[in-house]
Amino acid sequence: MTTYRLSHLDALEAEAIHIIREVVAEFEKPALLFSGGKDSAVLLHLAVKACWPQRLPFPVVHVDTGHNFPEVIAYRDRQVETLGIRLLVGSVQEDIDRGHIVEHPTPGATRNRLQIYTLLRVLEEGGYDAVFGGGRRDEEKARAKERIFSLRDEFGQWNPRTQRPELWNIYNTRHRPGEHFRVFPLSNWTELDIWQYVEQEAVPLPEIYFAHRRQVFKRGGMLLAVGPFSQPTPRDEAPFEATVRYRTVGDMTCTAAIESTAVTPIQVIKETAVSRVSERGATRADDRFSEAAMEDRKREGYF
Amino acid sequence: MELLRFATAGSVDDGKSTLIGRLLFDSKQVFEDQLEAVEASSLARGDEYTNLALLTDGLRAEREQGITIDVAYRYFATPKRKFIIADTPGHTQHTRNMVTGCSTADLVVLLVDARMGPTEQTRRHATVASLLGIRHLVLCINKMDLVGWERKRFEEIRREFDDFATRLQVTDLTYIPMSALEGDNVVERSREMKWYDGPSLLHHLEEVHISSDRNLIDFRFPVQRVVRPISSELHDFRGYAGQVASGVVQVGDSVVVLPSGFSSSIEAIETADGPLNEAYPPMSVLLRLSDDLDISRGDMLCRPHNQPSIGQDLSAMVCWMSEEPLQPGAKLWMKHTTRWARALVKGLQYRLDVNTLHRDQQAAELVLNDIGRIDVRTTLPLFYDEYRLNRGTGSFVLVDDATNATVAAGMILRPTT
Repeated sequence: MTTYRLSHLDALEAEAIHIIREVVAEFEKPALLFSGGKDSAVLLHLAVKACWPQRLPFPVVHVDTGHNFPEVIAYRDRQVETLGIRLLVGSVQEDIDRGHIVEHPTPGATRNRLQIYTLLRVLEEGGYDAVFGGGRRDEEKARAKERIFSLRDEFGQWNPRTQRPELWNIYNTRHRPGEHFRVFPLSNWTELDIWQYVEQEAVPLPEIYFAHRRQVFKRGGMLLAVGPFSQPTPRDEAPFEATVRYRTVGDMTCTAAIESTAVTPIQVIKETAVSRVSERGATRADDRFSEAAMEDRKREGYF
Repeated sequence: MELLRFATAGSVDDGKSTLIGRLLFDSKQVFEDQLEAVEASSLARGDEYTNLALLTDGLRAEREQGITIDVAYRYFATPKRKFIIADTPGHTQHTRNMVTGCSTADLVVLLVDARMGPTEQTRRHATVASLLGIRHLVLCINKMDLVGWERKRFEEIRREFDDFATRLQVTDLTYIPMSALEGDNVVERSREMKWYDGPSLLHHLEEVHISSDRNLIDFRFPVQRVVRPISSELHDFRGYAGQVASGVVQVGDSVVVLPSGFSSSIEAIETADGPLNEAYPPMSVLLRLSDDLDISRGDMLCRPHNQPSIGQDLSAMVCWMSEEPLQPGAKLWMKHTTRWARALVKGLQYRLDVNTLHRDQQAAELVLNDIGRIDVRTTLPLFYDEYRLNRGTGSFVLVDDATNATVAAGMILRPTT
């Protein structure tokens, strides 16, 4: 006898598909932010399912800081090829070269904040009125208060004090010309849900999410990869080889690895279930600047 | 694993943040770095103890002013269930947040300070929960340590609230004596209150029976999108995408399309993972019909002998959420299921005093956080059910056409005709 009950993953999937379909039905020109990270991989997987059997009726946008892991860029290109979708790349390097943004003079300085300019430029040039992002409310305190349909003004800014109430599954998509929405179908997912879903659906991920050998060095208690954009300075300890994986994927300059032997989603789930440190706290130098780091960047137009 | 969504509410200082902090911490959802950050902030603010409220106060203005502005969503899981908490702020004027938090909740946890007993705000929150169709209400009588763990006090509060609750439509009311600070009856049963033989809060949340709350009787399928892929192998494909709002649908079932009234039957229930034999809420599926009919977004599929009300005039309870008052004559946008219509507020029948449940029929307007009964006429016919019987087809939002702000949450009442 059927109990007519969905598992928590199937309920989250049904909610996300409903959200994605509302966007496709009510907006002129959607796009999906695809970084190659696990959340955006799950988001893309859900978008493909929501639109099936149609091809994805909107492009994916990648803001390329120029400091990405090469494995992630290769993965991005593979996914785009396999799924037959349109990819738009906004290059932070090109905006630096054109003099639109100025990089911090320290070699290997983070380009996290610089992405905001490039992101907003690409969105404005494309005239996108709804942009899917893979943000989750469990990631961070400011995100815990953001709506699933989050209105951005003409400057791409988020204003937490004037957020519209969001009730039931009825989403108010009305907006003025020039304004757009960021839409977060994974709002109610946790890191553990993402991994369980990756396992259940066999969602492909970049290989750096699983344990591998890599040259790393310690800085501020974090394990950073030795690479073209992140070299140990004389103040850092000597690099060493370790078996590591990544819990989040951002720039090589600010994303830290954790020591791990997990090579499958199941093993990652086991490690995640007993982890005592949040994924952003463990691995993202960009969120450590101030208590309100994420809120500030979101106000300026960040993802 | 099943999902349970619940909302929490209570007055300022009744220990709600401590309770949530403890649920998260004891179920290992608070990470060490988050706790360290909170400890550092508490120290910087000059708090005498680690202020667990800082775990949930996400925005700078909230931390600076020491208040919570907005609904915050929190997540934790036990081996039995995954939980989503809508944590609603405590101050008096935030009915709006309570309505928002309750709209997606299965259950509401209300905190009461054992020394004070139920306050005006407890009654207000319980009333809102009841209006929003919440079937399960849990009253946590907190700070029992400060009244000597006394059974007599607990029973007094219980009797007092029982009297009030008889006027509400809550079918399952549970009382739990507790000390969130000491951890008694939050996750573990209390050692101090041997006289209490009920479950701890967490145990109750894990076990409370919610699957009968859904409406599995009245099949309603608001059409979200018509899917017609342009490709050679799928050129005859025409599917209707949507989320099952209520009821169960099976392949072969006869259906009626509203508003056209045309009949057909379910040819297939499709998903990206393959076809299904049946679909039920809250599944997102594609339905294919055995006939080619003219169907568009905003239409509804239902069973021939079980149809919703159809009409342009309806009566509803609304919670007003805008600084600008609502007056009869207002013209607004309405979104109901997947349908947008223009709505004219023809009349205000009464304003409900949520503390006394008194109906003020002299009220001329609804101001921010007011709840009242209105009559509305819409430009398009709506396919609706009474909210109490069907959340999916009984709810709507009103949107201001100048600012595009969401200004009201509406719950449709039984047609009076």
